[in-house]
Amino acid sequence: MKELVVISGKGGTGKTSITAAFASLAQNAVLADCDVDAADLHLVLSPKIKQEQDFSGGKQAFIHPEKCIGCSKCAKMCRFDAITLNGPGNSLIAKTYAVDPVSCEGCKVCVEFCPVHAISFEAAINGKWFISDTRFGPMVHAKLGIAEENSGKLVTLIRKEAKRIAQEQKKDMLIIDGSPGIGCPVIASITGADAVLVVTEPTLSGKHDLERVAQLTANFGIKTLVCINKADINSEMTDQIARDADALGLKVIGKIPYDEAFTKAQIMKATLIEYTGGSISERIRTMWQELVYQLG
Amino acid sequence: MKITIASGKGGTGKTTIATNLAVSLHQAGRKVQYLDCDAEEPNGHIFLKPAMESTYEVTVGVPEVNMDKCTGCGKCARLCQYSAIICLKDKPLVFEQLCHSCGGCMAICPQGAITEKQRKIGTAQFGRCNGVYFGQGLLDIGAIQTPALIKYVKKHIKEDAVNIIDAPPGTSCPVIETIKNSDFVLLVTEPTPFGLNDLQLAVGMVRELKLPFAVAVNRSDIGDEAVVRYCQQEHIDVVIQIPNNRKIAESYSRGEMIVESIPEYKQKFLKLYDDIVSLTKK
Repeated sequence: MKELVVISGKGGTGKTSITAAFASLAQNAVLADCDVDAADLHLVLSPKIKQEQDFSGGKQAFIHPEKCIGCSKCAKMCRFDAITLNGPGNSLIAKTYAVDPVSCEGCKVCVEFCPVHAISFEAAINGKWFISDTRFGPMVHAKLGIAEENSGKLVTLIRKEAKRIAQEQKKDMLIIDGSPGIGCPVIASITGADAVLVVTEPTLSGKHDLERVAQLTANFGIKTLVCINKADINSEMTDQIARDADALGLKVIGKIPYDEAFTKAQIMKATLIEYTGGSISERIRTMWQELVYQLG
Repeated sequence: MKITIASGKGGTGKTTIATNLAVSLHQAGRKVQYLDCDAEEPNGHIFLKPAMESTYEVTVGVPEVNMDKCTGCGKCARLCQYSAIICLKDKPLVFEQLCHSCGGCMAICPQGAITEKQRKIGTAQFGRCNGVYFGQGLLDIGAIQTPALIKYVKKHIKEDAVNIIDAPPGTSCPVIETIKNSDFVLLVTEPTPFGLNDLQLAVGMVRELKLPFAVAVNRSDIGDEAVVRYCQQEHIDVVIQIPNNRKIAESYSRGEMIVESIPEYKQKFLKLYDDIVSLTKK
């Protein structure tokens, strides 16, 4: 079973549309959406949820006001500015502290050092994750709660589940939609994958971000392929990016021209392959064949 | 004044709006600072082309164990919630890249065997471009403490200037760190199903943080009406719409600003600022 992760460095280059097109073309694959804080793949693949589970990426501190003596030790020790004053400390209401759940990183320092044990440490529900069926095969995806962290842990969980399903059902491929950037969710989605496809665009921003994301994949020693989307917006830049990619040892496997079909297919909740049999569809098909060949 | 330009979905035009707004305001005589907090992939410098005046290494504290003092009691490892320090055969092992710098291991060690050393996670650069103050964070490849770097960049907010803060895409920790304490958040989207879905997530985030916000629709004529309809239903102001334009896309690809290639847009960005100011007073 081969694991492919589609990422981009820069956002909005067409990762998800291309991932969805691959879903159409793969004969025997499991799909996963690891862009957990802006997940969109489900909008095209319309998954039917079979299993839904809570995701808890860590614990969170909670100060019980009736036990708090207002000594401020927690506030002084918290490195995340997550402890706020809760009571004014006048003759009517005692001075107490509270935890701001948005800032709390669940380090447990306040819990450990509270002299009167007024702080409990409880599992936080950070989101939900799903195992679903789509018209192209099983899909694992998630919904991170609003303003929640631990997206890296959720990505790791999604990949693990998707791999398990792929092995159980003897699928030959796992296709993962990754997130933009180079940070923790991206690292969590690419470590140990067989190949990464970076979808970029011929703009200075796209070029700059491709260079950074390529350094990341090189650090992890992952085979890196490149697709230049909207290639005709600036064909000189496309050539430049292709030359840069060559020099960095990346293989450009597709140049896709700008096409309104990307937006139109999205609106129809269809993949590009389903939406159009035109030249764009052909180019993606050719890229897919090259990708399968590269994966070995 | 601190205006953060954010979006759920990437590539909707955050940096385009942030940089053009900054330049338009400066040309209209205001003191302006642009801060790029998209530290994983900062792109504002491509358009503003600043002359950097200072560069700082940004570090986070990670534990260093003095093995002569360590008794192998394991209290540090039991407290650490990130598996950044584990105890194997009574010997602590530190995984610096997993550390959140909470300071817990140092505080709990009964022997005082753990001290803090600095680990570099990125750089912060500051400079100027034609009078616009400029700052950006640049995360080291492989580092994960993006919020700590963003916090450092945000320390350079100028209280006497209009600060235009360019956020990373998404809705998770780096974005929250960027938009925290903003006076106003502008959410940039595009009129497509992906744009709408990610806008809804971003709206949930700014509402959770109780920040005033409005929406900008970029490439406003490429998709359908669903984004504008959603904003009407939710009583969200749409403060600027920028139609799709091959000229804008091409000049963007070369790292040029809209206000340079289509100067009429300057008025549009100045009006955007006025609208934002009046919304913050609401």
